[in-house]
Amino acid sequence: MISRRDFLQATVAASALWGASGVGNWSRLAAQQVLTQDKLLEFDDYGNVTLIHITDIHAQLKPVWFREPEINLGVGAAKGQPPHVTGADFLKMFNIATGTPEAYALTYEDFVALAQTYGRMGGLDRCATVINAIRAARPDALLLDGGDTWQGSLTAHRTNGQDMVNVMNALKPDAMTSHWEFTLGIDRVTEIVETLPFPFLGANIFDAEWDEPAYDPYKMFEVGGATVAVIGQAFPYLPIANPKWMFPNLSFGVREERMAEVVQEVRDAGADLVVVLSHNGFDVDRKMAAQVEGIDVILTGHTHDALPEPVLVGKTILIASGSNGKFISRVDLDVQNGQMMGFRHKLIPIFSDVIAPDAEVTALIETERAPFKADLEEVLGTTDSLLYRRGNFNGTWDDLICNALIDEHEADIALSPGFRWGPSLLPGENITREDLMNATAMSYPAAYKTEMTGEMLHTVLEDVADNLFNPDPYYQQGGDMVRVGGMGYRIDITRPQGERITEMTMLKSGEKVDPAKSYTVAGWASVNEGTEGPAIWDLVESWIRKQGSVTVDPNTSVQVVGA
Amino acid sequence: MKLTRRDTLALGLGGIALAALPGAAAAEGTVEDLTNAFTGGAEIGTGGITLTAPEIAENGNTVPIAVSAPGAASIMLLASGNPTPAVCTVNFGPAAGSQSVSTRIRLAKTQDVVALAKMADGSVVQASATIKVTIGGCGG
Repeated sequence: MISRRDFLQATVAASALWGASGVGNWSRLAAQQVLTQDKLLEFDDYGNVTLIHITDIHAQLKPVWFREPEINLGVGAAKGQPPHVTGADFLKMFNIATGTPEAYALTYEDFVALAQTYGRMGGLDRCATVINAIRAARPDALLLDGGDTWQGSLTAHRTNGQDMVNVMNALKPDAMTSHWEFTLGIDRVTEIVETLPFPFLGANIFDAEWDEPAYDPYKMFEVGGATVAVIGQAFPYLPIANPKWMFPNLSFGVREERMAEVVQEVRDAGADLVVVLSHNGFDVDRKMAAQVEGIDVILTGHTHDALPEPVLVGKTILIASGSNGKFISRVDLDVQNGQMMGFRHKLIPIFSDVIAPDAEVTALIETERAPFKADLEEVLGTTDSLLYRRGNFNGTWDDLICNALIDEHEADIALSPGFRWGPSLLPGENITREDLMNATAMSYPAAYKTEMTGEMLHTVLEDVADNLFNPDPYYQQGGDMVRVGGMGYRIDITRPQGERITEMTMLKSGEKVDPAKSYTVAGWASVNEGTEGPAIWDLVESWIRKQGSVTVDPNTSVQVVGA
Repeated sequence: MKLTRRDTLALGLGGIALAALPGAAAAEGTVEDLTNAFTGGAEIGTGGITLTAPEIAENGNTVPIAVSAPGAASIMLLASGNPTPAVCTVNFGPAAGSQSVSTRIRLAKTQDVVALAKMADGSVVQASATIKVTIGGCGG
């Protein structure tokens, strides 16, 4: 458990002590109502080492809408701590005015209006411009990719991740770590890794049979006269959260002792600065930073949080760089005699209408997309509602998917996994096949139909809720709650597993769910091998075509207690 | 989807460790009975024993566990939530190079795994870890 002392230390970094953060610049921008590429990139070079962090791109080559969560609850020591702060509380904590570009980029309120004002975010050609500008100032800056790069779009699905590999290679990363990469299957991962011109790091990936390291744990770099060790930490719960039959001989886990050993090993080998490129998820990283001595910087990933200031845990700084190409973090560090003396940080928002695309990367992206152009652009219907996914309990994209599952499979109840990837769509927009694939593209898409008793459903909900709300972060898997269609429930997030979920109720009839009764349940993305059913995107496409125009009613079926 | 009641409970039918370790002596009884028999009434301390286990089991049928207790004469491992909690007791002779044991055990459900070590002087230390056995499938 995180001690009271760690908890108090794990507050937002005190910039007066440690260095300036980007938030001050943002506020000035807001006051002036000026948004230019120069302003977004403005940075007083500091120290001798520069890190560039991008993570959880989820195969989004092009700019997207991405609504940040309205509900993102922390439990235990993380309650009320970043990143578990949303909306107005977030703006207040980071001193951001409502209606500003940074309010649009970082929070959910007034999303539709602000989206129309400030435009889409991301696009790897815009990211390339930012990376090139940083490298112009700091030629030996390290570009580090936190993983979840090769999955999440039609083109990544059809090319088994090759489109992302090709475009990322053009950005010249210095290292990456992984999660969804492994859902391409171990043979494909091996095939790609053999071609990568940079290391694919994972200190916590082991051969399951012999318990031996399966990938390079770290790489040492000489930067600005300092030796920088970058240690990779892959998503710890891959064989649990994703289908382990796709990578049967690998074992993962947090492996805190292993991380401590590797930190010691790189220090002994002369590292002046120890950076962990992590896909643990923010809360797991916060605990690991408190438990493992000697880590200077953790570049966090997996939980898709974007924070305009680092979080400080003891002497470790935690950087959260968002997802879907919306942000790039630049961290400048002063490293002297084996010690980090100070840092300067900026979370750079990639406003796609402000940052000029890099022509070379734009051309490469178009080349990758060209063979699929007709498929990508085909209009399936329109949406009258804002479609988004992020949030602990429900999102309108998953409500839509659940509605489609119930109708197409004639089910009582639908389940949609609590994934955090999938961009948003604004009301009035067409739903293209590309949009639908951005919310569903993955390698185990079968939309199943099965029977479950009320008791079994309760067990499933309790199990997922504990992945999210166990007060010990090492037991959290970092997704959101499974989305449920056709059934409502009450959840007390402060209770232990088995006692959180009550009042499971069928929405149509208002009847309580009977533990002994069997219900028809439809869902997708089962981790079990041999799951049968049409691909979820085919089922949802068929449903959208019948609807023509889609409306998603406000969802009030989950009652949350203890937040 | 094959997520049936039977699957979630299937692990519950399991018994104890598969491994036949040197000197292993699996006894019947509750955690309390087994602990009392092992300690012989000695008070249970902490420290000097390291239990390494995953936080969440990747496969509840075969969970890697390691216990190290330098100077121990014997180590007992218990799976407190299994129908038969005794996993193994390992005795170390004077020629043992190190006092550590690692094995893979089957866990019926989320539970605490407990390791006890008896030192040469009869004192006993303990470590435990909660290992979660989960349905999984919704992270990311």
